[in-house]
Amino acid sequence: MIRNLLLQTGQYVLLMKRVFRKPEKWSIFWKQYIAETEKLGLSSVSLIGIISLAIGAVLVIQTSYNIENPFIPKMYVGYMVRESMILEFSCTMVALILAGKVGSNISSEIGTMRLTEQIDAMEMMGINSANYLILPKIAAACVFNPVLMLFSFMVGIIGGWLIVALTGMITLSQYTTGLRFAFNGFYVVYAISKMVVFSFIMVSVAASYGYKPKDSSLEVGRASTRSIVASCLLILIADLMLTQLLLN
Amino acid sequence: MIFVEKINKSFGEENVLKDVSVTFEEGKTNLIIGASGSGKTVLLKAIAGLHGIDSGRILYDDIVFSALNDQARKVIHKQTGMLFQGAALFDFATVEENVRFPLDFFTGWTAAEKRERVAYCLNRVNLYGVENKYPSELSGGMQKRVGIARAIVMNPKYLFCDEPNSGLDPQTAILIDRLISDITHEFHMTTIINTHDMNSVMAIGEKVVFIYKGEKAWEGPPGDIFQTGNKELNDFVFASEMAKMLQQVRS
Repeated sequence: MIRNLLLQTGQYVLLMKRVFRKPEKWSIFWKQYIAETEKLGLSSVSLIGIISLAIGAVLVIQTSYNIENPFIPKMYVGYMVRESMILEFSCTMVALILAGKVGSNISSEIGTMRLTEQIDAMEMMGINSANYLILPKIAAACVFNPVLMLFSFMVGIIGGWLIVALTGMITLSQYTTGLRFAFNGFYVVYAISKMVVFSFIMVSVAASYGYKPKDSSLEVGRASTRSIVASCLLILIADLMLTQLLLN
Repeated sequence: MIFVEKINKSFGEENVLKDVSVTFEEGKTNLIIGASGSGKTVLLKAIAGLHGIDSGRILYDDIVFSALNDQARKVIHKQTGMLFQGAALFDFATVEENVRFPLDFFTGWTAAEKRERVAYCLNRVNLYGVENKYPSELSGGMQKRVGIARAIVMNPKYLFCDEPNSGLDPQTAILIDRLISDITHEFHMTTIINTHDMNSVMAIGEKVVFIYKGEKAWEGPPGDIFQTGNKELNDFVFASEMAKMLQQVRS
């Protein structure tokens, strides 16, 4: 098992060495970058929006339900929603959702290209296939996913606001006071930093699983599943490490 | 010319290529033949640089290709075209974009110049009006022809074809064979074709290399195949009932 882990890590590092080379032509890279931003980022906006809206609303209901003590001001509901969304949900949970959606897409796409010799065809033309296929995906995810994270944060806040307005469990003024209470701007920097790291993990791990040589379509499916498991585990480990590093 | 000198290749415990030495001649269609699992695809991919080798040397003219690093190999690869067994066309691109792909990377040509070159290559393989179609909209034979057009678009010195007529009907197979042979002579390329189709061997072969269980068992012109006393080659060549009947007629 340790030998296998070392082997996989070595293969991953060697692949990344090929990925992070200067693109053959910048014009082609930017074209790919825009296409990948649309494919990996923009196509996830609705999914992330719906989930964030629901989570924001649920957080309000749960927090409000748990704050029964009259000595705890109700504005803490807004405060808790804001902190929960920015510190954990909008970065870590969104990253885990994207690791499933985007990761399986990347792994199966590259895996199928490997199986049908399209990657070999690129290599035979003298094109660095790893650089052409993976670098624009990593760049697009690392730049766009933090935007997606901020979008998730805002939609979560709106979700909470909507449920407050609809149910009246606390007043809107209490909710907005809580949202503004003791705001620490560094948390946004912390969340963006985490999202950049998570994006790199989800794309590079999925791509490395897809890129490995394959003999059958079954292996493409297996690689896709394994890539999601590995990405999620690595994202959680990175979450622990970054939280310890940045917040302590 | 491509020279292969005593190459060995193993996958785990299995020794797939054993001390294979062979010379592939310039301006000729060189054929590698052998049964499934004999190691001919591994040999072709090793020559193309898609598989590493354990020992031995591969030379492209006077350049020791097997000793080059990735960056240096790219220079050779730019002079190489390859037709894959399943054509390996890019799903995400139209026919025109597929053929234009290497031009986009390695030339500073204008869009009009590229379009003209793509049209020339597609016409050369008898394809008209398919520029805007996707590979999934084409038949197997058409996909192979697009694959050939893409392989020759950069005017390569070397052309490799892996089972070019597998999965094709006999008439289309003959068409593809003839096309590869014509292109080889027209552009004076060193062409290596990997096949187990004896029709191809007799129709377009100029030099034949027979691989048996990872070893070079025989080489020579196709006309000599019927005179050889090599048992494995005879078993391979006369495996079909029709070939057996022909052999009886000849004898």
